[in-house]
Amino acid sequence: MARFILHRLGHSLLLLFLVSLIGYTILHLAPGGPLSQYALSPGMTQAELNQIAERMGLNRPIPIQYLDWFTSFLVGDWGESFRDGRPVLSVISGHLFATVLLVVSSSVISIGLGTLVGVLGATRRYSAWDYIATVGAMIALSIPTFWFGLVAIYVFSLQLDWFPSGNMYSIGDESFLDYAHHLVMPSVVLALVSVAIWSRYMRSAMLDVIGQDFVRTARAKGLTGQRVLYRHVVRNALIPMITLAGIQLPMLLSGALVTETVFTWPGIGRLFLDSLGYNDYPVIMGVLMFTAIFVLLGNLIADILVATVDPRVRLE
Amino acid sequence: MAAATEQIQTNSKLRFFESRTLRRFVRHRLAITGLVMIVGIGILCVVGPWLLPHDMLDINIRDRFSPPLTDTFIMGTDEMGRDLAARLFMAGRVSLMVGIAAMILSTLIGTVIGLVAGYFGKVTGTVLMRLTDSFLCFPQIFLLLTLAAFLEPNAFMITLIIAVTSWMEVARIVSAEIRSLRERDFITAARISGASHRWIMFRELLPNTIGPIIVAATLTIAKAILLEAYVSFLGYGIQPPMPSWGNMLNNAQQFLDTAPWLAIIPGIAITAAVTSFNFIGDGLRDALDARSDAQ
Repeated sequence: MARFILHRLGHSLLLLFLVSLIGYTILHLAPGGPLSQYALSPGMTQAELNQIAERMGLNRPIPIQYLDWFTSFLVGDWGESFRDGRPVLSVISGHLFATVLLVVSSSVISIGLGTLVGVLGATRRYSAWDYIATVGAMIALSIPTFWFGLVAIYVFSLQLDWFPSGNMYSIGDESFLDYAHHLVMPSVVLALVSVAIWSRYMRSAMLDVIGQDFVRTARAKGLTGQRVLYRHVVRNALIPMITLAGIQLPMLLSGALVTETVFTWPGIGRLFLDSLGYNDYPVIMGVLMFTAIFVLLGNLIADILVATVDPRVRLE
Repeated sequence: MAAATEQIQTNSKLRFFESRTLRRFVRHRLAITGLVMIVGIGILCVVGPWLLPHDMLDINIRDRFSPPLTDTFIMGTDEMGRDLAARLFMAGRVSLMVGIAAMILSTLIGTVIGLVAGYFGKVTGTVLMRLTDSFLCFPQIFLLLTLAAFLEPNAFMITLIIAVTSWMEVARIVSAEIRSLRERDFITAARISGASHRWIMFRELLPNTIGPIIVAATLTIAKAILLEAYVSFLGYGIQPPMPSWGNMLNNAQQFLDTAPWLAIIPGIAITAAVTSFNFIGDGLRDALDARSDAQ
């Protein structure tokens, strides 16, 4: 097990290095590179720009600059926001709670509902229900998240007035219930696509497991259908779902950005869009790298979890 | 007799395979539904603007915010009194073109990278596949928006950016296929007979992976249309006055209470187009999968 974890960790670190290379390339792709912000200020002369470039070490060879950036990045020095001069990491952590709240609650919905729909689809294969679930999932995958959010706001906020149309809490009322009330619509909207994917994968994972020898053995030794289903089939079908949860993370974060925009939710996605509007390069890069690390970590945890519950994986 | 049948089968193997595939596709109800839908949408987008009495840029201040079915405005008008139907069809041209062009480009990139990675394996393959993995670590919208913000956003750039951020899946599929095909006898035979790497890659291996590539490409159109919609909705994609399904929704939220059709109609168009490509992709996957005959 230790060897397995070390191996996965090494793999993740390699990816982190490559991710940083891509990030650094994009940073330098920006017209004018890191200097662009200074070039905009009035009365700036080329001589002054050169001076700043020298002070920032931009006239050194690119590989040296990259190493410098990467080492300070590793120790948590991600630069300062152009907007208010605060360190990028603390700006990001200020928006982290909202996004985590949204992502976790929508994951709970999608895992619960998706597993249920998938299990029902696999046990009643080719039934009318299975067909509706299949077609429904494909349509759900095709609906733009932001549009689903707009329709939800129109129906449930503007027409029915059941839920607030945005923000994380009402000013003056920050109780648990108030948060929950605000959380319902964005998390359901964000969950839509994941429910569709989750139910499809759960269905096919169930069908894979049902066809295996140990299920036939369980049936042959006289266990009831229910017991075989829940003790043997569902449990084993859930193993690949752990990997799927890791793989789905980037998609979930992309969805969160759009959902946060529609519902004025103060998370990482909104921070990112605001920073784009202000050309706040350090924060843009910071969020980009942060999300990539978040995804890497999520996948690493998923891999280790799978290896813990399923010893067969470790042998490969 | 049996030998003769076999002979005929091997001679017409390709046609035989194709007709079987075609038959499976035609029998796939969803796929045909998708095909009919997308052809319908395509025809509407091409012909629609000529049939409507309004140009998409005509501003009719007196008729602003007309709900659908007022006079000749079958889908109503927007905040400047422009005909929504005319804009929707023109936007459809843009969105579908961007989707298809991005698909072609990203499939090309993905296929070449997957082919090279799968065929050469070892260091080249590992490096390319790890690069693919690391691109997959970034949430796609974040990467797209960063690039869109740094570059000049026009239809061509958006297409390019979508392609650059969505080739990874095809690359993974192709490299996995190639890795399993590489060990097969016909490749060994080709190598022994002195075929060059390029010949083996493009004449022997690539034709055998065309099925999964076509399926992935169809699904990529669906994804590309969605991505264009996301980026344009957020204001970093196709810029007005050129309409796209995404940017039509860009300021629909502020008129949601007074003019909900401005938000609802373009969204239905996006969903319908994306659903059709997903249906077609699903049908192609089933049709190209020989195992599905057994079921």
